[in-house]
Amino acid sequence: MAEVIVVTSGKGGVGKTTSSAAFATGLAQRGKKVVVIDFDVGLRNLDLIMGVERRVVFDIVNVIQGEARLNQALIRDKRVDTLSILPASQTRDKDALTKEGVGTIIEELSKDHDYILCDSPAGIEKGALLALYFADQAVVVTNPEVSSVRDSDRILGVLQSKSKRAEEKRDPVKEHLLVTRYDPARVEKGEMLKLDDIREILAIPLLGVIPESESVLRASNTGTPVVMDAESIAGQAYKDAVGRFLGEKVEHRFLEAQKKGIFSRLFGGRAA
Amino acid sequence: MSWLDFFRSRKPEPATADQAKERLQIVLAHERIGRTREDFLPKLQQEIVMVVAKYVAIDPGKVNVSLDRGGDMSTLAIEIDLPGPQGAGLRRAS
Ligand SMILES: Nc1ncnc2c1ncn2[C@@H]1O[C@H](COP(=O)(O)OP(=O)(O)OP(=O)(O)O)[C@@H](O)[C@H]1O
Ligand SMILES: [Mg+2]
Repeated sequence: MAEVIVVTSGKGGVGKTTSSAAFATGLAQRGKKVVVIDFDVGLRNLDLIMGVERRVVFDIVNVIQGEARLNQALIRDKRVDTLSILPASQTRDKDALTKEGVGTIIEELSKDHDYILCDSPAGIEKGALLALYFADQAVVVTNPEVSSVRDSDRILGVLQSKSKRAEEKRDPVKEHLLVTRYDPARVEKGEMLKLDDIREILAIPLLGVIPESESVLRASNTGTPVVMDAESIAGQAYKDAVGRFLGEKVEHRFLEAQKKGIFSRLFGGRAA
Repeated sequence: MSWLDFFRSRKPEPATADQAKERLQIVLAHERIGRTREDFLPKLQQEIVMVVAKYVAIDPGKVNVSLDRGGDMSTLAIEIDLPGPQGAGLRRAS
């Protein structure tokens, strides 16, 4: 039986897709059988971030509508062999997704995977609700910024009331806070919400803090999940978060502004 | 870290924006076609399976379609598992 993990936020553009790709790849690199599903029907992007956009033949809507079998729609990653991607449809709208259809897909994937990651679209409409409905665990992606924190709080409320676990009065969805685009220099200057403030307000266990990093854009340019970039501090932070998720004790890193030495000042060194 | 390492690690990163542009050009060219013309792949696959099934007993689940979209050329590979001589019940041509 697989664990279903939704990567969600309420607010748009905070790093859900970046985190889904990194997390799925990170778990697969640890030998887990992982499938990552793009729930952003109409605006698919996970395929680009995973670098498989040229290989998409069928998508989740084709499977729900019986036009393709699930194993025909899954794209197997060429770099990590325990990882596959189920793309969203680019041409239909969110109404093409149904609870029954998604339920059947998740049930089938459960049989031969350890983790099913659901990359949620922004908002709290149908697509986002379906992405979180079957979740056992939730990674709530939050930026150090007021509207993002508020929307995260809102989505936590939705998880607690509208998920299948909530409806069936089972144990609640296990919640994890993932703070992304954290810029310690700006936090130190008092321009950005502090990690402790976010933790105090949302009051859910902290899974990781991903620093703002230029390597994320480089990763999306090339279609390589940032966790594969060993030099990248964001990639390393994702790797740490995966370790914590698997129950390891890993210290949080990159929480303080890097003191610039004379050389990096001279050469204009930036966060990798 | 030795001095040499310091300078080695400073070698300029290859720029990746060109790669981003090329990937986008390819994927968008294909998506724009899809906007005016209905996606024919599901139907194409169904029809191929039907034709093959007329001649051999195949499992429709064992039909794999893979695609690689390119700028000048795309390749579509359709892979069908045919049952072995026992399972197929091949009749000798008379
Ligand atoms: N740690 C980071 N450092 C720098 N840029 C980042 C970081 N994380 C994400 N980004 C950038 O933020 C933007 C939004 O990221 P992403 O697409 O992952 O967000 P999203 O939550 O999936 O968005 P949407 O709500 O539209 O689905 C992208 O341009 C991405 O490159
Ligand atoms: Mg996204």
